[in-house]
Amino acid sequence: MRVKVLIVEDSKASREYIAAMVEAVEGVEVVVTSSGFEALKLLPRHRFELIITDINMPDINGLELINFVKKNPNYRDVPLFIITTEGREQDRERGLSLGAAEYLVKPFLPGSLEALLRRYLKLP
Amino acid sequence: MTPRSKALAEFVAEATEILDALARDLLALDERRGQEADPELVNGIFRAAHSLKGLSGLFGQERIARLAHGTEDLLDRLRLGRLLMDGAVLDALIEVLDAFQALLGEAARGTESEGLSARVEAMAARLASLGAPVEVPEDDPLERLELDAQVRAVFTEYEEHRLRENVRRGVALWRVRAAFDLSDFDKGLAELNARLKPLGEVISTLPSAQPGGAHGIAFDLIFGAQVDGAGLEAGLSGTPAELSPLRVRPAVEAVTHALVRAAEPVAAARDSEAAEGSPPPKRGGGRKKGPRAAATPLAPGVQQQSLPHLGEAAPPEPLEWPAPGAEPAAKPSDSLHALAPTTATELELPPGAAPAPMVAYLQGAAKASRGLSVAPPPPSSAVGTGAGSAPSASAADTSLRSLTQTVRVDIGRLDGLINMVGELLLIKANLQRLAESARQDGAVALSKLFGQELARETRGLERKLEALQEGLLEARMVPVGQVFDKLARLVRRITREAGKEIEFVIGGGDVELDKLIVEELSDPLMHLIRNAIDHGVESPDARLAAGKPRRAVVSLRAEQKGNHVVIEVSDDGAGIDEARVREVAITRGLITFAQAQEMGRRELLNLIFQPGFSTARSISELSGRGVGLDVVKNNLGNLSGIIDVWSERGRGTAFHLTLPVTLAIIRALLVGVSGRTYAVPLNSVLEIVSVQPRDIRTVERREVLDLRGQTLPFVRLARMFALPERPVSRHFVVVVGLAQERLGIAVDELHGQQDIVTKPLGGRLQSIRGISGATDLGNRRTVLVLDVAALLEEGMALERRRA
Repeated sequence: MRVKVLIVEDSKASREYIAAMVEAVEGVEVVVTSSGFEALKLLPRHRFELIITDINMPDINGLELINFVKKNPNYRDVPLFIITTEGREQDRERGLSLGAAEYLVKPFLPGSLEALLRRYLKLP
Repeated sequence: MTPRSKALAEFVAEATEILDALARDLLALDERRGQEADPELVNGIFRAAHSLKGLSGLFGQERIARLAHGTEDLLDRLRLGRLLMDGAVLDALIEVLDAFQALLGEAARGTESEGLSARVEAMAARLASLGAPVEVPEDDPLERLELDAQVRAVFTEYEEHRLRENVRRGVALWRVRAAFDLSDFDKGLAELNARLKPLGEVISTLPSAQPGGAHGIAFDLIFGAQVDGAGLEAGLSGTPAELSPLRVRPAVEAVTHALVRAAEPVAAARDSEAAEGSPPPKRGGGRKKGPRAAATPLAPGVQQQSLPHLGEAAPPEPLEWPAPGAEPAAKPSDSLHALAPTTATELELPPGAAPAPMVAYLQGAAKASRGLSVAPPPPSSAVGTGAGSAPSASAADTSLRSLTQTVRVDIGRLDGLINMVGELLLIKANLQRLAESARQDGAVALSKLFGQELARETRGLERKLEALQEGLLEARMVPVGQVFDKLARLVRRITREAGKEIEFVIGGGDVELDKLIVEELSDPLMHLIRNAIDHGVESPDARLAAGKPRRAVVSLRAEQKGNHVVIEVSDDGAGIDEARVREVAITRGLITFAQAQEMGRRELLNLIFQPGFSTARSISELSGRGVGLDVVKNNLGNLSGIIDVWSERGRGTAFHLTLPVTLAIIRALLVGVSGRTYAVPLNSVLEIVSVQPRDIRTVERREVLDLRGQTLPFVRLARMFALPERPVSRHFVVVVGLAQERLGIAVDELHGQQDIVTKPLGGRLQSIRGISGATDLGNRRTVLVLDVAALLEEGMALERRRA
């Protein structure tokens, strides 16, 4: 049984890139979406073990998604990673204070993401 | 495709989309130069730069990432109100866009030129030092907004800034709550947003953390309203939205503080404004804030809601203003009712000024004057010349062609195609059923009913396959507007560089053409438009002298005419000097004097498409690139298009480009029979031989041709189409073949090869044997295209009969 990871990122190329990295980890299944709205729709339909989200997105921002997840009794235990680009410290701080587990600054190394995934997903 | 090149293609495709969006927003900003920048546009551009930075970073495109980083930084300062958008900033952003496009071009080719790298460095350095900083007042109006800290915690920095701006301007703030079904909340929200947008600014959309039942979800929209409460309610009637006002506490201490601080610089600010006369646009944004805040109508509901709070600091009854003509006061300044009489006298405000806007005005003026004295913006001339002109000129060289081969297909079209496939599957099922019944019961297969059913299904299959083919061809169609938008951007820049005043008019952008044609069209159109701006249009002074309006009009229009699209590029400039065209054509030896005498006006004008022709007396930087109109004509010829020019002295010039809608191009051999021309698809032509009448024998009343010891079926095209035959001493025979079959076709003349677009014949003509369709030749002649397959079949049938 593979664990499901949700990736929320509006840039298609970035999304594919991150998805490829996550998929490379054995035992992980990836669900991707391009918007916060779609993420809200996907949440009740799957059992995600981890969510990776961008902050700057067109419909609802990543912080709002984190807040929604962390306030909702059904999802609040799901660890969340934020993907940011450098220079957006305030957004990052807010994400962490809202309950995000980790943040990744683009561009990041595949190895760093993989290590974090293994730790949070409790994979060998 | 290797994974690496696939990744690169994905990167280029998305980066192109981002740049297209960026260009659109920039263009919109550019059109409203001098006005206060629309925060939504600025944020859109910021988002584009931000996405580009993240994207290029991930894909190791360091130069793009570096420039995007600088651009994002600048835009971040702009959108957070720390910098004012002025002309110099806008020019720089337009140049940055060009640089991005050049960079992306190099990335797509896998090259990295040093010139461009140096340009990126220079540009990034310039971006960092650009613009006049705006001083942020110390008091934070957000402190006065009664908003749950938890709600504030999910705002991004930008959303917080927009909220702050709205509070500062005294805009009535509302929480708009709406619950939707989880399955289609995005539609409901989009509808709600569409209703809200004309009424103000949606600052943030928050999914409510409270679970909205098993299938529901609620959202809180933080909204800054430009209308009053009643107007907002009316605007939202019929939606599930519930309104509740967000209270803003009066800014008692903040206001007095501001007044004290503002007292000093106010004199200086007033003086400088008086000296300058009209305020320069770049400071407009800062100064507009005051009056606009005051002019915003109060939402009655809001005022009521905030009154209890006012009571703590100020008398609840509204006081009368000492000055006449006071504008309705905005919320934050309500507290001034109590303060105004004393502070106003102390400051010796001019009579008639409303204290409420004055406070904001003072803050604005103080900001502006301080901003100017602390860090004067770089002189705009330095920006315009120096580093500016050289890169932009070289950027003008870059092609407007897209870097990607992607076609975006409308989802409706795609659904149509999928439906067609569904219908094809139905037919397949029917055919399968027929086949099955034939297999099980051989007698059924021979029944008449069975035959009819089979024929019906086959016809259905044929129709659906044709529709599918047509649908797929349609999917290649894109609106020409895609190129028009890119050209509009270019026109703005060229116009500025050429020192002309031009109104660029676009029409028919929704006319659709094959993606391939649209792509190939951008360069010829760019060339024609440059010519129009550079040579066609006179300088503003010359136009005034000629009794024309200063501003010239250059227009670009597309129109569909049957199977063709006509694109017109026209200007209302000086027109083409016909006498000069004649003179140049004769001196260059393009025509003789005698020929010139016989030529009509249109013919003469069209000489400008001859290779090596140019009437420009001085080679300008813009058009003098050694590429003449002959290249444009050639480019269009490659697209089976034709170009025509018409011009009147003093009135202007118009180029007409006629293009096929799609490029189902084939190469054809044009042959002549009895004065008529036919096209033979070249892919079926094996060879062309010249034969004497004695090489033709008649076998069983049927003519055959002996060719190198082989006997070929032979037809005379003239006889076949019942045309008068000419007596000839030699025949040209076009030998065509498909698979194993060969046929010799006798024709009178050979006219050479040409690319043609075959159009199916409609109606009764469809059934004519031996003709597959018609095509337009460049000279507006329509000729029939031979159906080689049908002709071969005919020949075979005759042979079989003989055998």
